[in-house]
Amino acid sequence: MLTSKVKKTKMFKKIGIKLIWVVGITAVIIIAIFSFYNIRSHSNALLAEVERHANQLSETVKHSTRYDMLLNQRDRVHTIINTIGQQPGIQDVRVLNKVGEIIYSSHEQDIGKMVDKKAESCYACHTANEPLERLQIKERTRIFRPNPDSARVMGIITPIYNEHSCWEADCHAHEKNQTVLGVLDVTISLSDVDAQIKQGELDTVIFAFSAVIVFSLLLWFVIKKWVDNPVKELLNATHEVGTGNLNYTIQEKSDDEFGLLAKSFNNMTQKLSEARIQLFQSDKMASLGRLAAGVAHEINNPLTGVLTYSSFLLKKTQDNSDLNEDLKVIVRETKRSREIVKSLLDFARQSVPKKNLVNINEVIEKGITVIENQLSINHVQLKKDFAKDLPQSTLDSNQMQQVFINLLVNASDAVGPKGGSINISTDLIKLSPYGITHIKKATCPKRHDLMNNEVKIDGMPSIKLKVYSNGTSAFIYLDPVYGRNHHKIDIDLNSKNLKVVCPQCEISLINPDKKCPECNSSVYSLEVPSQGNIEGCISKTCDWQKWDAVDADGQKDYLEIKISDTGCGIPRENLSKIFEPFYSTKGQKGTGLGLSVIWGIIDNHNGTIKVDSELNKGTTFTIHLPAGKS
Amino acid sequence: MKKDWDILVVDDEQVVIDAVVKICSSEGYTVDTAIDAKEALQKFGHNNYTLVICDIMMPEIDGFGFLDELHNRKISSAVIMTTGFSTVENAVKSLYTGAIDFIPKPFTTDELINSVLRGMKYIRIQNSVKSYKREDSEIPYVPCPAKYYRLGYSSWVAEDNTGSVLIGATDLFIKTIENLTGVELFQIDEEVVQGNACAFIIDKEERKHPLLSPVSGRIIEVNNDIIKNKNLIEKDPYFEGWFYRLIPSDSEYELRNLINCSSDRM
Repeated sequence: MLTSKVKKTKMFKKIGIKLIWVVGITAVIIIAIFSFYNIRSHSNALLAEVERHANQLSETVKHSTRYDMLLNQRDRVHTIINTIGQQPGIQDVRVLNKVGEIIYSSHEQDIGKMVDKKAESCYACHTANEPLERLQIKERTRIFRPNPDSARVMGIITPIYNEHSCWEADCHAHEKNQTVLGVLDVTISLSDVDAQIKQGELDTVIFAFSAVIVFSLLLWFVIKKWVDNPVKELLNATHEVGTGNLNYTIQEKSDDEFGLLAKSFNNMTQKLSEARIQLFQSDKMASLGRLAAGVAHEINNPLTGVLTYSSFLLKKTQDNSDLNEDLKVIVRETKRSREIVKSLLDFARQSVPKKNLVNINEVIEKGITVIENQLSINHVQLKKDFAKDLPQSTLDSNQMQQVFINLLVNASDAVGPKGGSINISTDLIKLSPYGITHIKKATCPKRHDLMNNEVKIDGMPSIKLKVYSNGTSAFIYLDPVYGRNHHKIDIDLNSKNLKVVCPQCEISLINPDKKCPECNSSVYSLEVPSQGNIEGCISKTCDWQKWDAVDADGQKDYLEIKISDTGCGIPRENLSKIFEPFYSTKGQKGTGLGLSVIWGIIDNHNGTIKVDSELNKGTTFTIHLPAGKS
Repeated sequence: MKKDWDILVVDDEQVVIDAVVKICSSEGYTVDTAIDAKEALQKFGHNNYTLVICDIMMPEIDGFGFLDELHNRKISSAVIMTTGFSTVENAVKSLYTGAIDFIPKPFTTDELINSVLRGMKYIRIQNSVKSYKREDSEIPYVPCPAKYYRLGYSSWVAEDNTGSVLIGATDLFIKTIENLTGVELFQIDEEVVQGNACAFIIDKEERKHPLLSPVSGRIIEVNNDIIKNKNLIEKDPYFEGWFYRLIPSDSEYELRNLINCSSDRM
């Protein structure tokens, strides 16, 4: 298990790195191409600028020396050329005549030297055998290195054309038929430009590298946060669930696919856990059934011996009143044992109570006599506060006795060996049906049963309805207690196209003529067999419900029985669970069935039981049972 | 020559055998015993028994297997079933497979004696059916009408067109009780369970005879006429003498354990 986990983590890491590789390399290529073109256009722009500058300079030299040339004032031409040639960045300013002799130069030692036609400055025009006379600016510039180890230079040649005033001047230096008289050659050092280009290149490369690094880091961080961690969490969760911890939940941090995955994972484990509990419980129930059957069979045979012999004796000793009375006790108590064994079997089969008219106070008294000894051993003081003149009520006295014995034993256990007190009181009260009456059966107009045993609310089967909202369908489960109306649902119920239908026949359950008097939402209407219709608001936030048949009865008399102890109390988080089957805090001592059986018995009598408890102060069970004949 | 006994008790519990022997002997019956079904079947080779009181849960052959074997051998003794595992299913299955009565353990002396008395009367009636000829003025008992269903021979159920059902006691059952003097009924809204007592018929000696309900359900109407006029149960048990109107809880399932009266003919 552990090795596979490590392997999986490693494998995942590879996936993460793969992602970083792919995205990183793509980024590097894009940035490299971008940088390459950026550097090239940058240096081109710089060179063009230098070229424009050189051309301008040449034109300036040509124009500023023109007049002096016309007047053949060579000294002045020299001075101008020298002055310009000494400007920083300007390497050389030369004027060549037609045959290639340097006649002016900013470097005086060059004056008088001949330049080969194959030299840099002549090459452009003299490539062809006949020299060209007109050249474009592009063809007039060239970039070269005078020596292999020196900085690059840019040269620009500007032809000096023959003009009218040249051949008419007094010096007669030029013939009329000449086109080009000479060439002005300006060379400019590119060392600054080259340095700038180099700097640009360096900047771009640094930028590219930092971009790639930052990008990769960001990518790594994002993958770690949004992919790596959630996947690790999920792996961890699957591992936990795999080893049997079905209560493990993943924090649903994000709304992305991983968040959804986590949500669906939690949902899955919850369903699994519920299914497991149900399976476990039905298994327990089945073995309990077998146990009950075995016990019933085994105990009923000896009981038959006791009951037959004692009742036989009872018949025979009708004239002996002393013996007769004692035998009556044996017969009565054996019959009671018979009922207890039967209810054990019935519990496994959830049978209906056998009700007759009894006074609840007498039932409680009978229960108390059974456990009086146990209470006094535990130093428990029992205070009774029974209301007089309680009406006779329709109850199964055996089952009710079981309820009180169970609750008193629980109370006594809670008080513990140190002692304390238990209060038991009865009273007759009036309760309105709203918030109390349990809807045990509800149908659609076509009489399909809407009760659902799979989803229980507070232990009672819910009412299942189907809802269509904006094209999606879902089920809602209503609380079966009249007046609570809470929905178990996760669909938007406020939509306008809401339809509520019977899950079996899809007949609409919405009453189109009615709106909720509290929030004006739609109203559903369900049939309760032989008890009219119950209506309720479909809004999730509204509790409005109306059940005319039950309301018409008005307030009803209820027996209220309170059993409170000064014991250890029940922690708040356990209060909701205590009526669930097999919930027990008594460990080996209890079966965990006691309170769930009590709940079932009270429910079978159409009553309610609730619990209030404060830790270390005590617990109070309050039972409400319909009073009088039912 | 086979010996004639009144009762054979078959039970794997000695204390139960002893108790039944004691009680039945005190009522003047001759009682034989067997510790299991095998021994009981062997005894049928040598003797005749009017009534058999038989446990269901026994090693090797259980009560139902024993009942089948009696049927295969065409032995017409009446069988009363009893078991410590007294579930509705066992009660109903016993009556469906041909037992005339079912007594859940533990039982009292009276419960046993009443059942035995009814069983003896049942046998007498069945014997008179054998000798019955059409010319005879009085028929031994009126069989259940067609379309009715019955639980064993004791109670009947008839479907009503309103979705409810009527239940009552069969003429044969009433006839096994001598001189009916009263009836104890359940109240409206009480639940009855198939195979469990739903009423008690009291005879002139104050004996209470339980009527086992043919179906489970909630009582919605009690026939008060039979309280006022007890003769109604004897005179018209299938129509005016009905006991309760019920809302059945699972009639489809429960009907499978009932006998269709359409084939009942004298």
